[in-house]
Amino acid sequence: MTAPGRRLTMAQAISEAIGHEMTHDPNVFVMGEDVGSYGGIFGATGGLFAKFGGERIIDTPISETAFIGAAIGAAAEGMRPIAELMFVDFFGVCMDEIYNHLAKNTYMAGGNIKLPVVLMTGMGGGYSDAAQHSQCLYATFAHMPGLKVVVPSNAYDAKGLMIQAIRDDNPVMYLFHKGIMGLPWMAYFEGSTTEVPEEAYTIPFGVARVAREGRDLTIVTLSQMVHKALLAAEELAKDGINAEILDLRTLVPLDSDAIIRSVARTGRLLIADEDYLHFGLTGEVAAIVAERLDQVMLKAPVKRLAVPGVPIPYSRPLEQFVIPQVASIVAASKQLMTARIASEVTA
Amino acid sequence: MPMPTRAQLLWMYEMMVRIRDYEETMAKVYLEGKLPPHIQKGLAFDIGGGPIPGEMHLAAGQEPVAVGVCVHLREEDTVCGTHRPHHFAIAKGVPMPEMTAEIYGKVTGLGRGKGGHMHLFDAKHRFSCSGIIGASLPPACGAALAAKLRCTPAVAVAFFGEGATNQGAFHESLNLAALWKLPVVFVCEDNKWAISVPKSASTAIPSNADRAAAYGMPGVLVEHNDAVDVCIAAGEAVERARRGGGPTLIEVKTDRYLGHFQGDPEVYRPKGEVAELRKHDPIPKLLAQLRELQVLDDAGDAALVARVKDEVAAAYAFARSSPYPAPEEALQHVFV
Repeated sequence: MTAPGRRLTMAQAISEAIGHEMTHDPNVFVMGEDVGSYGGIFGATGGLFAKFGGERIIDTPISETAFIGAAIGAAAEGMRPIAELMFVDFFGVCMDEIYNHLAKNTYMAGGNIKLPVVLMTGMGGGYSDAAQHSQCLYATFAHMPGLKVVVPSNAYDAKGLMIQAIRDDNPVMYLFHKGIMGLPWMAYFEGSTTEVPEEAYTIPFGVARVAREGRDLTIVTLSQMVHKALLAAEELAKDGINAEILDLRTLVPLDSDAIIRSVARTGRLLIADEDYLHFGLTGEVAAIVAERLDQVMLKAPVKRLAVPGVPIPYSRPLEQFVIPQVASIVAASKQLMTARIASEVTA
Repeated sequence: MPMPTRAQLLWMYEMMVRIRDYEETMAKVYLEGKLPPHIQKGLAFDIGGGPIPGEMHLAAGQEPVAVGVCVHLREEDTVCGTHRPHHFAIAKGVPMPEMTAEIYGKVTGLGRGKGGHMHLFDAKHRFSCSGIIGASLPPACGAALAAKLRCTPAVAVAFFGEGATNQGAFHESLNLAALWKLPVVFVCEDNKWAISVPKSASTAIPSNADRAAAYGMPGVLVEHNDAVDVCIAAGEAVERARRGGGPTLIEVKTDRYLGHFQGDPEVYRPKGEVAELRKHDPIPKLLAQLRELQVLDDAGDAALVARVKDEVAAAYAFARSSPYPAPEEALQHVFV
């Protein structure tokens, strides 16, 4: 039984999920840089080394191509590896393993090979770590066929989605935002620390969560941006604007129906994203709505907030300018409330 | 190979004093605004706070590697550094005020505040670095290729940590450089730790210098964290590169006095290790040699140290007083 009110940070929830699965399935193991005694740079494997030892919580050399490739090979043999890529930005040195092999082998084998690999990785900016350590990039992975993409926003979801990821027979990219992990050395949004049951549970992929109910506009978002949206919604409520917030939780599969259901009710859509604007998540969601305008009556044109086509700059005022903030969500929402679609403008 | 000249010894000493003062000053100012009670309740430290936010990797203890190599370099030679870049940049002649302003995220910085501490670019002094492990080797090969194609006497140096030697970029670059006989020197800083992972847990052989043989180039192990030893090994390697003799791989056993990053709890590091390492500080060691050679007396040393500290202080003052870029500048410079 769960002690009532037991609260975990997202980092603790992730490591608890991994520990649970390792206890019950000897095929599960972890590989990555500093995942051992250090517990993962962002705490995702905290305490696991002491519990399971270096045979199953394996510190690797800085050889991402080799150990992510090894995860693929081990998975093909029936193991269920979890590999940690320290920062998602480091995908550059190992993308061939991720995209040409992890994502494609099952398909090229006509479904004859299962690759139950979880590739977990830290992402996100907001603390001045500059262009090579601050990206989100989940849309890059979601763009490519063959990878499930999970992006939790809080500890409860993080645990359930991690267990689901480990039990999935397909490759899963699991991206956690550093600014909601609850680390003792980085400011974070405290709403990400939640009550978490001690027992194992799963959260199915492809089911978005309504983080806040509202009737005036829909804010589709995910990860750390959910918390910014919640703060923005409080601001908007003071002006009588009632925002609904949809936390996507997974990009592949994507809960398109939940988006349509909400926008059909509110008639206004803001997509708030920390990834790049162009050819990304915001465009995908907008396109889904555009394709289903037979089910949705928009009251205003769709609005998108994301990083506007530049690498993440280092200097604080520059970074704050390009990453959507609470204030930019408030401003965009207010614009949505007064904007009109063409038929109304000409009417 | 000849011993360093008196002028080289003095240059290396002064440069090490400068680098050490720079890094120790950085360690102090970096903490501004990052500690309780000025941060989110419950946190011990906030990496994003203060005038210098973000990660900070300092090189105190590793000065001999930078100065022992860069003492042989000219402005037209290229240096590609690492995520822990300050000592290389300073030794290569990157001006400290503009470099420090970059680290403060100011518009007067090398990259107008866009790059930050891990991404310092100085085209004039042919210096660059990257936050990606192993990223220094391929562009150093490219700079060396450019020198070769243009028949200039320039050489290129790639610095990297021992952790980087298990990246594909290391192995691919060594082969390329040897195959094309490029005027490049590969310098591995073995500070024994890749964040929390000791070299013994990451690399199957004790010396990366041995790996040179697999690629058909000389490999040299510098066993002590000593500027003179590095200077001798690097002198031979740079000279070989300049006369068209091809690349060299040097590994230097050096010491990291501070955390992988500032704020690193260093739970992995044996207690007392750093205190033991500091007993073999290369700076007083070289000073003793300079005294013995009567290159520098106490008064001369005091004057040198005071002058260098003034320079460092002036660089920090310049950075602190410089303005931030306008937020809209974030949209510039994606393309030129």
